[in-house]
Amino acid sequence: MSTFNLDVYMPVVILIALALLVAGGSILLGSFIRPHNPNKLKETAYECGEEPVGSAWANFNVRFYVIALIFIIFDVESALMFPVAAIFKKFNQIGLGGTLLLSILSFTLVLVAGIVYCWKKGDLDWVKSFNAPQVNVASKDK
Amino acid sequence: MNSTVVTYLAQSNEYSAVVAWLTKLIGFNANSLVAFMVFAVASLVVVGALATIGGLGTYAERKISADLQMRQGPNRVGPYGILQFLADGVKMILKEDIIPANADKFTFILAPFLCMVGVFATLAVVPFSSGFMLADLNVGIFYLVGMASLVGVGVFLGGYSSNSKWSMLGGMRGASQIISYEIPATITIVSIVLLAGGLSIKTLINGQGGLPQQWYLFHNPFAFIGFFVYFIAALAETNRAPFDLPEAESELVSGYHTEYSGMRFGLFALAEYIEVFVVSGVAVALFLGGYKVPFDLGTGAIFVEKLGLDAMIAKNIGQVLELGSFFTKTFALYYVVIWVRWTLPRLRVDQLMTLCWKYLTPIAIFNLLGCAVWMYAFDGKSIYSIIFESAAVVAGHH
Repeated sequence: MSTFNLDVYMPVVILIALALLVAGGSILLGSFIRPHNPNKLKETAYECGEEPVGSAWANFNVRFYVIALIFIIFDVESALMFPVAAIFKKFNQIGLGGTLLLSILSFTLVLVAGIVYCWKKGDLDWVKSFNAPQVNVASKDK
Repeated sequence: MNSTVVTYLAQSNEYSAVVAWLTKLIGFNANSLVAFMVFAVASLVVVGALATIGGLGTYAERKISADLQMRQGPNRVGPYGILQFLADGVKMILKEDIIPANADKFTFILAPFLCMVGVFATLAVVPFSSGFMLADLNVGIFYLVGMASLVGVGVFLGGYSSNSKWSMLGGMRGASQIISYEIPATITIVSIVLLAGGLSIKTLINGQGGLPQQWYLFHNPFAFIGFFVYFIAALAETNRAPFDLPEAESELVSGYHTEYSGMRFGLFALAEYIEVFVVSGVAVALFLGGYKVPFDLGTGAIFVEKLGLDAMIAKNIGQVLELGSFFTKTFALYYVVIWVRWTLPRLRVDQLMTLCWKYLTPIAIFNLLGCAVWMYAFDGKSIYSIIFESAAVVAGHH
């Protein structure tokens, strides 16, 4: 019985449908009985009782945006690592573990080099330290 | 063949009788139809049970926090206040549904649905027992990691769409936190996959046994550290304190769900509490032997042998024992999660990132390499069996 049977994916579909049903159903159920008296003040965004100043969709300094880029690299890395990890035991039993170990090591080493680079560049810090400008400021003060 | 709740039931004669009867009735092979019905009922049971567990989770959270702070906690609704979560549910349904006028309506409505879908979809591979898991997908753990990341999208969209500054900051924090902590969690999972040699949850559990020295937690030192890395990362991924920065009450009002009211907020909360159960269950499956019962009682073979029971009844008794084993360990971890929340203070955002990228990720990578080397050097043996065998060899020499 090594046939690929799509039946096993049925629960996934059923559960996603159930999630939408439970979420939608509970909101729909409430809409019959809950009060609905909107007014202008009630529909403003909460800003500690003050009237909101401007929109929240303004430009602002997102810290750690570089992390999003590193994340993508590491996410792809782990996605690529899963199949290798899954066959490692079998390969080890037939004596090919060394080859696989070497490929894992070299692959990970490249990634480690990447994270070390980011670390040194200061992308993992709250305030990115620009070394060169700081030296200039210090020399000006003298 | 992937085993499911259907393949477990299909071992009994009644199941094939029902399939044969239906096939005769409708005129074509009813295998998939019966499977669908069984899956539907089983999914309903799982969702019902998990929604109750999620609800009781909110009650447990309040009761345990009350205990830790020498308060009473909820004690009015039902005996010891145990029906509090039902009262809360009714209250949330009755609350007015307010959508801010300036919000992005579509994404505002979509966000809690995404969280619910992300969490409910992971329930398909939660291993309650060897017979009762909805589907043992051959890519089980990979599927789980993928589906769970939908929650991060829901959290970010909820924060972004509200058009409120508190929500925006909460959503931003949530996004960076959830994606960051996914890395150490995933790499740790990869290192356990390496030990087990397969992606399906059942393969992961079958590599372990019922007794603690057979668990992956004590398989080797790297897996032992890996458990803590995974647990910390799981806390952060589910936005639990001390990593509850996306909803930090004292600084961001309520973070990403500030603008959500009534049931829409309730869906976020329900998704969070179910997710805590799921990540605890995954930690149990990966490190603590999953549903395994000591001395192979779970297979039921011993009941047939010693008590002369019918094979199917013995199997069912084994399943009940396995359910007990899984839920005991998972609830123990669930308790730890709540305990941690009421013990540790919240981190600062940069500390959070430092912990993830400068500590957990390097440690996780180190663990991965360590596990790989261990597998290669010791042929996949656990530290216990190595000591045991070498002791036997030494004893044999003398």
